[in-house]
Amino acid sequence: MKELLMGNEAVAMGALAAGVQVVAGYPGTPSSEVLETIAKRNPGHVYVEWSVNEKAGAEVAAGAAYAGARSLVTMKQMGLNVASDPVMCVNYIGVKGGMVIYVCDDPGPISSQTEQDTRSFARYAHIPCFDCDSPEQAFQAVQDAFAFSEEHETPVILRSTTRVCHACADIDVPEIRNPEPPEGFVKDTSRWVIFPKLAYQAKLKVAGREPALAAEFSEYKGNTIEGNGPVGIACGGISYSYVKEAIRGHEDSFTVMKIATPYPFPTDLARQFMLGADKIICFEELDPYIEDALIYEYGNLSLDIDNFIEGKRTGTVRLGGELSAVEVGSVIEKVTGIGTSISYDEPEAAEDAPELPVRPPVLCAGCPHRGAFYAVKKAVGKRPAIYGGDIGCYTLGNAAPLDMVDTCLCMGAGITMAQGLDHAMREQEDKPTCFAFVGDSTFFASGITGIVNAVYNQSDMILCVLDNSTTAMTGHQPHPGMGVTMMGEKVEPVDIAKVLEGIGVRSIRTVDPQNLEESMKAVSETMEEEGVRAIIFKSPCVALVGPGEPLRVDPDKCVGCMMCINEIGCTALIPDSSSLTEKGRPKAMIDKALCAGCGLCAQVCPADAIVK
Amino acid sequence: MSENEVKSCLLCGVGGQGTVLASRIIAAAAMAKGLHARTAETIGMAQRGGSVVSHVRIGETIASPMIPWGRADVIIGFEPGEAAANIKYLREGGVLILSSRQVKPVTAALGQSGYEGEECLKWLADKGGSCVVIDPDKIIEACGSPKVLNVAMAGALAATGAMGLSISDMEEALRIRMKPKLLEMNMKALRMGAECVTER
Repeated sequence: MKELLMGNEAVAMGALAAGVQVVAGYPGTPSSEVLETIAKRNPGHVYVEWSVNEKAGAEVAAGAAYAGARSLVTMKQMGLNVASDPVMCVNYIGVKGGMVIYVCDDPGPISSQTEQDTRSFARYAHIPCFDCDSPEQAFQAVQDAFAFSEEHETPVILRSTTRVCHACADIDVPEIRNPEPPEGFVKDTSRWVIFPKLAYQAKLKVAGREPALAAEFSEYKGNTIEGNGPVGIACGGISYSYVKEAIRGHEDSFTVMKIATPYPFPTDLARQFMLGADKIICFEELDPYIEDALIYEYGNLSLDIDNFIEGKRTGTVRLGGELSAVEVGSVIEKVTGIGTSISYDEPEAAEDAPELPVRPPVLCAGCPHRGAFYAVKKAVGKRPAIYGGDIGCYTLGNAAPLDMVDTCLCMGAGITMAQGLDHAMREQEDKPTCFAFVGDSTFFASGITGIVNAVYNQSDMILCVLDNSTTAMTGHQPHPGMGVTMMGEKVEPVDIAKVLEGIGVRSIRTVDPQNLEESMKAVSETMEEEGVRAIIFKSPCVALVGPGEPLRVDPDKCVGCMMCINEIGCTALIPDSSSLTEKGRPKAMIDKALCAGCGLCAQVCPADAIVK
Repeated sequence: MSENEVKSCLLCGVGGQGTVLASRIIAAAAMAKGLHARTAETIGMAQRGGSVVSHVRIGETIASPMIPWGRADVIIGFEPGEAAANIKYLREGGVLILSSRQVKPVTAALGQSGYEGEECLKWLADKGGSCVVIDPDKIIEACGSPKVLNVAMAGALAATGAMGLSISDMEEALRIRMKPKLLEMNMKALRMGAECVTER
């Protein structure tokens, strides 16, 4: 039956069709929907878990593959950095059941810290890599990746990018059956235990197999050469769709090579492509990966054509950011003079255009994080302090007027960076208090080791755990603190306060961030103490519990001071230019459709004008 | 629809307004007619009160899920300012379907930027071949839920005929995508959205 499937859903259905048995991962945009879809469409015998982080997920998947099961681990590109320890090693060891590592890159980036390219990671790690260019191709690629992994006893990376992960297409989905149970783990220390001697032999194997696998990939049906025009276009991933759109109606002028298996690079196919071209332009997002592979082969072919290969290395294509059909078309016209029907120049903004809304992402109306940030800000007052942020919804605490994120690096870094800041500035007069804000899911993913480090190494810092009982930013996935697994089982929740206590944190306070007075008192008291201290701000995510009854501004009481708006920056609060005070100042107004009734603004208002 | 023809619709608004579901409904309506459909959506961080855009393309030979500038047959603006920000996507003579209700960003409330939805609506009026303005408050009140705006916009889209999809195509899509208990309310919203076009 035909279904409208998102790229990530297509990968999930393809994995199920391939008989995947164990699936692990950690949420991260744009990768999260794969695991969720497998859990939802589970025919019954597939084990699915949200792991505590990507390293754990990759190791769970590797263990399952050692036992002969087909396993899948999912993550975004930042997560591959966390998982790289097991991923780099499992390639040397190899697998028995097929193991696919699904990694989503984020050109732009749209919701990430870096524009790293997993194709380059695959080459560095000597792990065969398949690439996705559309949901329907991804559906097939994941099945091919499992077969390839099992045949060659190697883990395989399946790479995708945001515009494929989150694009939808209509796909024929086959009936999904339960897979056969795996053979099980067979003991063999010469195979499964990594030692330097074995690692040396493994290095010879994984590097030495490259030419044979490249030859196999040259025959792979996903790698294609279309047309026989004089201008060669090399592309892969979503860029292929932009190229197709840009050259529509002018196909005779071009030969298009699509690379669906970036590593090992299909050399024979690339040679055939280059020998037929007068000129080559490379279109790809992130690294000039295909371009570099072609330049390398160009050297091997000893061709002597001026300006033969153009792309990122020649400054023809931008080094960073997303591509588009418009950009591809405009580059082609600039290089070859062949125009297409797409308008290349961004239409100029009309002179009479009105002022447009500036809309950075912000904390939701009613978000408990707003109360936590505001309480710390007010309690600290004018005293020096540094606020370490982290990865999650609470990164949005950086927005005005809260302005409560001074640093943000990677998952868990806020906690450990606070320690570095503390140690570096210890002798400083008027040393700032170092705060670290971390969410509950991030606490489990990569916060705990940092706190052990702080206690062990005698740091002086205040940990603020913003516990909203979910992994909110990526779409509300469960985590160890919630008492429920991805398989739907009820389990004993891991208690954050008890974890801190067990580590040796002596000062732990748990407060409700929607209660401003209580929260500020906790912060003030904590600041009087020394060493590693923790405050757990506990209140569920408003998007999960749903909005409460909205509040309203009593216009008879509102004095137009704008404190509610200027202090907490809630999206539901706006100045009402149609309702003025005697001095002509606009009064505040609450947007009923947005207000969640959390009551933080009512606690801030000096005139008690915000009421039920 | 001829073999090579691709129809494109851009949906834009603010995170939380239901643009993603609207794009899925339009795609489902096209699929129910036996056409291919592609969509591309903003998911993740930007959904928290940020600007969001969905691309929907239907037809036989769709290359890219993303609509190039000047190629959208329709822009559905869930918020006037967001529609104005994306006007460069509209083809000459394309159709605009707009919700009149503005959503003020925090930056405007704080006085860091100015923005008046009313001005954007006025400016947009002659920017397409035709422009339909929907008052969402009326429909939301009649249907009893703020969540029906997206379906009402899809109803208006069907009534314009700009994507080659009819009301009954949309009804079929609702039957596929909606939970049964929400179906009746959404069918009403669909019809009310369509009536905004015929009433003009």
